[in-house]
Amino acid sequence: MIYNIEFETLPREAIEAIQLRRLKDTLERVYATVPFYRKKFDEVGVRPSNIKTLADLRRFPFTVKQDLRDNYPFGMFAVPMDNVVRIHASSGTTGQATVVGYTARDIKMWSELMARALAAGGATRGDIIHNAYGYGLFTGGLGVHYGAERLGASVIPISGGNTKRQVQIMRDFGPTILTCTPSYALHLAEVAEQNGIDFSGLKFRSGIFGAEPWSEEMRKEIERKLHMHAIDIYGLSEVLGPGVSIECVEAKKGLHIAEDHFIPEIIDPKTGEVLPDGEVGELVFTSIVKEAFPVIRYRTRDITSLNREPCICGRTHVRMNKVSGRSDDMLIIRGVNVFPSQIESLLMDIKGVEPHYQLVVDRVDNLDTLTIMVEVGEATFSDEVRKLQDIERKIAKNIKEFLGVSAAVKLAEPRSIARSEGKAQRIIDRRKI
Amino acid sequence: MGKLEQISVFLENQPGRLCEVTRILVEANINIRALSLADTTDFGILRLIVSDNEKARKELKANGFTVGTTDVVAVEVSDNPGGLHYIVKLLKNVNVNIEYMYAFVEHSGRNAIIIFRFDNIDAALKHLKESGVRIVDGEMVYRM
Repeated sequence: MIYNIEFETLPREAIEAIQLRRLKDTLERVYATVPFYRKKFDEVGVRPSNIKTLADLRRFPFTVKQDLRDNYPFGMFAVPMDNVVRIHASSGTTGQATVVGYTARDIKMWSELMARALAAGGATRGDIIHNAYGYGLFTGGLGVHYGAERLGASVIPISGGNTKRQVQIMRDFGPTILTCTPSYALHLAEVAEQNGIDFSGLKFRSGIFGAEPWSEEMRKEIERKLHMHAIDIYGLSEVLGPGVSIECVEAKKGLHIAEDHFIPEIIDPKTGEVLPDGEVGELVFTSIVKEAFPVIRYRTRDITSLNREPCICGRTHVRMNKVSGRSDDMLIIRGVNVFPSQIESLLMDIKGVEPHYQLVVDRVDNLDTLTIMVEVGEATFSDEVRKLQDIERKIAKNIKEFLGVSAAVKLAEPRSIARSEGKAQRIIDRRKI
Repeated sequence: MGKLEQISVFLENQPGRLCEVTRILVEANINIRALSLADTTDFGILRLIVSDNEKARKELKANGFTVGTTDVVAVEVSDNPGGLHYIVKLLKNVNVNIEYMYAFVEHSGRNAIIIFRFDNIDAALKHLKESGVRIVDGEMVYRM
């Protein structure tokens, strides 16, 4: 079903006309209200009035995650705090998180885009949606929640964790749509099996999975084990949250970007040059409707390509292919974004801990695991087991508190962490996605 | 006086790591007087009393091990029922905590020697001496 038939099936010329008008408005607004953008535009000598066609957007500077950190917490907001009704943030150590805000109209718009996304994935107003995305600062839980209510479906706001109970609720409440990360979906299947519950006997029709990259192989596995359509959803808090783009259940081939709200570009991550449609590069977004937190040419670091071929579902919005990787070293662990540098700074905060560490990411029983190997130097070493275990616990606790992911900490002998060409190999990712 | 220097070595819980330590000590011609190994699922702490601390520490560090030194106390314990109980009770009475302990390989005459690691070594030593307990000092232990 197409939730907003008028806007989701606009002819190309109409989409571009809307984009141009909204882009001009957004650029005027950020130039007037956000000192960061005014300074950046002045530095390269561009003015919002320079926009004559959509192609003129490429004359404007990029925005990167570091810019958001530098303006922590509210420096990038384009409206007074009086008008901000919601705040979300990505994981980060203190002062490093990226904080985003929403006006009442932004929340309404986001709900609409999420309603569109749920509908594209096969949901309608009669559905019961089992929403296992985390509720909180993370945009996943509340994003889906508001979209589901907008659609008129019934939401079970189960959030993450307590998997055994989730499985019981699935059996008892009979939800028809599942929303969570794809790895958690597979974990649910396993726990269900252990508890004698077969997904083929449940009422699910579709699952809408996102917040981490996943492959076509994983789609097949989920569809086979969970007996439902597995749909990819994409979003990031800096741009909106979930609902930026969505696969349609009809094609399951690429994610339709809400082009009446966002302008996508694909660039060469090294040169910053805009690449033609179809070429693989880094995805860049400009928001053209958002009020509280507009972003201009925001570099997502996600690697993908755009596909403008018509889609069998009838939607005219451009499709992005499944994200195939990152152009930086960010790890996505159980849907949580983690930069190795954040872990490093948490380690360095603990007295005596040396900067010799390695992050090992693996997938065990379909759940991501993070193990942090830390070399023991003389400053941290003790003849007492208790003191060494205290250090392990302290590291794990700080990582859980600041980054929101559980990590196993293992102490290692000096120089036991492999170094190549004198430089330590910091990340070992054993996951097969 | 009465303190004894113990060296401790960090070991990953992997086959061959202890063997590496003993190999290094053999090659340096160092004799192990007493040892204990504390282990967890992923690491172990080897505690050693050796004939030449300085040399042992140098050789182990040169081979990439993390080495620490701690003061411990070697106590002569009567090799009879109640011998250890007597010592432990003395320490309980003055509220000294025993972090860990292990037995010495050799005897001193008819008595056993036990190595103690205390949370408050000075208080422990003072009280043991006042109670007439025999403390084996470092020089004697290294030469044994």
